[in-house]
Amino acid sequence: MLYREAGQFITHYRADQRLFRLRQDRIGFYLLLASAFVLVPYCGNDYWFSAILIPFLVLSLAGMGLNFLTGYAGQLSLGSAAFMAVGAFSAYNFNLRVEGLPFLLSILLGGVVAGLTGVIFGLPSLKIKGFYVLVSTLAAQFFVQWVFTNFAWFSNDSSSGVITAPPLDVFGLDLSSPAGRYLLTLTIVTALGLLAANIVRSELGRNWMAVRDMDTAAAVIGIAIPKTKLLAFAISSFYLGIAGSLWAFTYLGTVEPHGFDINRSFQILFIIIIGGMGSILGNFLGAAFIVLFPVLMSHIANGLLVGVIDSGHLENFQKIVFGMLIIGFLIKEPNGLASIWQTFTQQLRVWPLRY
Amino acid sequence: MKVNINKCAGLVLALNLALVATSPNARADGEQYFPLQSYRIGPYAAGGSGFFGGFIDYLQYVNLKEGGVNNVKLTWSECETEYVVEKGVECYERLKHGLNGAPAAATNPLSVGIAYATLDRSTADKLPLITINHGRTDSTDGSVFPYIFPLQLNPYSEVSAIINYIGTESGGLEKLKGKKIVTLYHGSPYGKETNGILELLAKKYGFKLTLLEVPHPGNEQQSQWLNIRRIKPDWVILRGWGVMNPVALKTAQKTGFPADHIIGNIWSNSEDDAAPAGNAAKGFISITTHPSGTNFPVLQDIDKYVIKASKGNLEDAKRFGTVYYNLGVVNGILNVEAVRVAQEKYGKRPLTGEEVRWGFEHIHLDDKRLAELGALGLVQPLKLTCSDHEGGGAVRFQQWDGSKWNVISDWVQADRDLLRPIIEESSHKYAKEKGITPRDCSKES
Repeated sequence: MLYREAGQFITHYRADQRLFRLRQDRIGFYLLLASAFVLVPYCGNDYWFSAILIPFLVLSLAGMGLNFLTGYAGQLSLGSAAFMAVGAFSAYNFNLRVEGLPFLLSILLGGVVAGLTGVIFGLPSLKIKGFYVLVSTLAAQFFVQWVFTNFAWFSNDSSSGVITAPPLDVFGLDLSSPAGRYLLTLTIVTALGLLAANIVRSELGRNWMAVRDMDTAAAVIGIAIPKTKLLAFAISSFYLGIAGSLWAFTYLGTVEPHGFDINRSFQILFIIIIGGMGSILGNFLGAAFIVLFPVLMSHIANGLLVGVIDSGHLENFQKIVFGMLIIGFLIKEPNGLASIWQTFTQQLRVWPLRY
Repeated sequence: MKVNINKCAGLVLALNLALVATSPNARADGEQYFPLQSYRIGPYAAGGSGFFGGFIDYLQYVNLKEGGVNNVKLTWSECETEYVVEKGVECYERLKHGLNGAPAAATNPLSVGIAYATLDRSTADKLPLITINHGRTDSTDGSVFPYIFPLQLNPYSEVSAIINYIGTESGGLEKLKGKKIVTLYHGSPYGKETNGILELLAKKYGFKLTLLEVPHPGNEQQSQWLNIRRIKPDWVILRGWGVMNPVALKTAQKTGFPADHIIGNIWSNSEDDAAPAGNAAKGFISITTHPSGTNFPVLQDIDKYVIKASKGNLEDAKRFGTVYYNLGVVNGILNVEAVRVAQEKYGKRPLTGEEVRWGFEHIHLDDKRLAELGALGLVQPLKLTCSDHEGGGAVRFQQWDGSKWNVISDWVQADRDLLRPIIEESSHKYAKEKGITPRDCSKES
């Protein structure tokens, strides 16, 4: 009923290649974008911008980066946080050391440096396969953190290794207010998200999936395996690098190398596992789950149970509930939240019939 | 922002459903609110639960004994950070607007990482950020950091005092020449903050300094201590935090380094740091800004009014009077004193963060005032100004006898005149990087 598809005929190849082939999906997407860009900045408050929406968007972007590599190209990685750190620290240094470089350009350059770093740590993946690629990315995780901790140059000789955000000026606009930082993040994430959705449908994306599913077969049909794998590393790390810059500059305003430790890598890995491997939407769902759920639970716990249970126990209890929810979700739907969404829309299309 | 919220109240209501539905609705006028970014779980729970226990008990005590500050009742609520930066930021944003109309006085995250991440926000929101005994050193310069207060002791003063003590123990600062000192530090911004100053002091006094990092959280230190055994230093300065401290003491014993030549810094000085190491901690020396123990009138009073009335915050009553607990009490005294001082200027009503900041900048605790507060010997004499947000800069040394700390020295003063230019250089560099024009402190009243 909602999805009345009658009369929607595809007559051009261009129409066939659209991101959303159904008119209802398109309208929904535009409405979502409009509310994110107009309604939310108009209605939201500082708390929602600074504490919920910005980290949610940044982690979604990071999830996208890892999803290219793990979900689409099938290369496991535990070095996501390292590439984020490279992006953040490079962007900071470009901004600091190149006089008059626009803020957006330094973020972009930070992403490029992260991409190159990704290629270097991706080189072993040409020889080794499967779980063993983890070792190389794990090495990146520890090496990068070590470099930024031990060479003070990267943090402009700050005694504590902490970098601070440059003034957030974009085209003369001061975006340092919470709403401004949200809009900046949203714009970048939307642009990169649309790009991502197109990359995975392009020849490159299809090559990635071929390599993921069976690399021997992919080689036989003429896909250049080294190029495909290294491009996966490069683009994945580029996305992660941008996410790192945003994390440092629009979210926290300051960051230390240990802010990008292995726990962050695991967090991003969990986002794509919970959200769904090989799905763009899944990154957003996974990030929302990881960011929103603990906050929601802590609000509920504080409102209902504070004073009843010792506050330390209350915190541990929330962790238990959160863990159980993750297990529950993954038992019910091993392919993640994106898959639940897909089943749901599929049913919606034929509703009220069953088939 | 308020106007906007009203314009689309429906949507905001939907978004905030969880918040609205679950927060108690009683409106509390005439109260002063303390947002507490506490941590009671995770690797640093021992510090957090002790500190916030002491802090809350002191606020409770002021309420029960005097009905608040000049009848302005104190109120507070907690938000768990686990010492994790993002959670701390979330808590900051959640709590900064006050509680049911009671305005927030100041934030006390007790975490360097969270303090760094909320530094800009605190300044923008005009809400004092208190980093007692820790924090960003150059925030001592109140002209560049108007809202940040590293009360009592900043990290630079801390190491300077330790070196002064080692000098005295060796028979004069000139005897430091040729001595070997190893600093074992926690691999975090907090841990690294003093490395530059130690190097400077090493150059000045001619001792040989080795800096060894222990990666967070620090439960494996075999290689560092083997390194120390090879270097054979005269002293080891332990700049630890949480689980790193007992592990350091145990590993020192295993590698044969004497505990009475290890000096713990301000976050390696509690019972929770020494006691878990058992026998290995015997003789361990550390600095402190406030002795542990319950023999101070203010603690006796807290015992009488709060603990005995079963309104205490501690889960384990045995921790009453321990180092972390007493630090929480000291922090409570300073926060409440700031509110009290500010009330004299602005009137006896709940104050905004900006007004409380004025109070902090005009705290003046001499022996007479400390005696009135029942905290003589617990808090060092302290005088804060617009340009000096630290105030004290003195520490005492204590030694662990296997079951408790015994104070073994008088107040040892840091060389603050030596440190001030370095602090100003750093704060001005920061001001330039961020485009801040420092206040003119001579014009502040």
